[in-house]
Amino acid sequence: MNTIKMVAENINVFYKEFQALHDINMDIQKNLVTALIGPSGCGKSTFLRTLNRLNELIEGTVIKGQVYLDERPIYGKTQDVIALRRDVGMVFQKPSAFPMSIYDNVAYGPRVHGMKNKANLDDVVEKSLKAANLWDEVHDRLKSPANRLSGGQQQRLVIARVLAVDPEVILMDEPASALDPISTAKLEELIRELKQRYTIVIVTHNMQQAARISDFTGFFLNGYLVEFNRTEEIFINPADKRTEDYITGRFG
Amino acid sequence: MYNDIEEKGLTALYWLAASLIVIILLAVIGYIFMRGIGVFNLDFILSKPGAGGKTGGILTPMLGTLYTTAGALLTAIPIGIGTAIYLEEYAHRRNVFAYIVNLTSETLAGIPSIVYGLFGFVFFVLYLDLGWSIISGSLTLAIMILPTITRTAQEAILAVPREYRENSLALGASRWQTVSKIVIPSAIPGIMTGIILSIGRAVGETAALILTAGSSLGMPGSLADPARTLSVHLYILAMEGISMPRAFGTALAIVIMILMINYLAGWSMRRLSRSGRFE
Repeated sequence: MNTIKMVAENINVFYKEFQALHDINMDIQKNLVTALIGPSGCGKSTFLRTLNRLNELIEGTVIKGQVYLDERPIYGKTQDVIALRRDVGMVFQKPSAFPMSIYDNVAYGPRVHGMKNKANLDDVVEKSLKAANLWDEVHDRLKSPANRLSGGQQQRLVIARVLAVDPEVILMDEPASALDPISTAKLEELIRELKQRYTIVIVTHNMQQAARISDFTGFFLNGYLVEFNRTEEIFINPADKRTEDYITGRFG
Repeated sequence: MYNDIEEKGLTALYWLAASLIVIILLAVIGYIFMRGIGVFNLDFILSKPGAGGKTGGILTPMLGTLYTTAGALLTAIPIGIGTAIYLEEYAHRRNVFAYIVNLTSETLAGIPSIVYGLFGFVFFVLYLDLGWSIISGSLTLAIMILPTITRTAQEAILAVPREYRENSLALGASRWQTVSKIVIPSAIPGIMTGIILSIGRAVGETAALILTAGSSLGMPGSLADPARTLSVHLYILAMEGISMPRAFGTALAIVIMILMINYLAGWSMRRLSRSGRFE
């Protein structure tokens, strides 16, 4: 049996007057992939960003409810946002290598958290690039600029950069939407490997992708979590008419 | 048929407009070069002016320009970039203080240099009793170039992709780490552009400096000494009819100096981009 890694409890998010999320409750299982699907503007990305407190960057955002990581609450004045973001890493939609070398990109997180020893950094960089299936392609040009890599390579570099700070949970916000089919296949393969060690929550527009890689799926609509269940249940035997309409392509 | 003629005619007009810029630049530089090259040699650069500029070279005014410009940059760059960082990275939108700072720097940018000169004269030279000096001149120039440095740094910081900041923060970096390690390095080419523009203004400034740094031809020994800059020297040589050949020689020195500074700035930026940053 799997254990629960994160729990979202009665999450309500407001952007000024607009309520983006209504009473979201979700258990995120350890070492599994949880996919969040739904049409644009349904709140799935907003929900993802409540899990590492990134919503707070947007002025006028109010978040109610609580999220637990291993039973520790992450919201509250005494909680350490920086420590949280080390434990809960994030990969964004647009592959975004920093304008520095491949090596410096991966070493960025560890350095920010105080790692200075060259040998340790070398070690982390190598391990992270290997874990992100990028080492073989870049090991002979670690010092060259990262933005010369292709989009797919950059996205795996971003994943290596996240792995380098040794997270427990990895959030992915439509990580394949800017990639070609071959890069997407490589990324999905990587996600399947990563769940051995990490808990993954992924937002995707691509229903086939959700079906292929996820163990649990949550369907969001207009700020509500309509249905949350094992992926095969959602796709084969959805309980809610709206879920069925969406996954069969009747809207969205 | 008519459209074709119109198309060709307009293309020719635009081409003419564009070539006019090149012609004007070449004409100005070429003329200065021709008139100035007669006196321009190593001796002209390395010797002090004699008889009020009638004889000798431009060593002291050249040092005057270097000192006042360097002083202005050292003062204005940290303040300007600091202001830009505050406004773009820390201040909330619709923050009243940020609004006032923005408005102020826009207004400052539009004030003619002679007005800064008068202010510098009354405030630095007289009220703070700094006298006609390199320090009064530098501080006046600093106020003058501050808006340019601030505005261009703001633009450059604003142009840094939001994704960089989000990625950095999501890796657990603090706000300051994100600003200092990601945002500022990415914004450096834009910031450099502002600094180059400012150097051009500072080196070419005359009116504000006559009022604040004076026009002494003595060798400045400290920041408290008065100094004549190249532009002031050029103005006086030409205006008082002291020596037209030397005025053109001085003009040539100013042009060469600015071209060198631009080239150096471009070179250092290319070097930085080869090391993997800023592409």
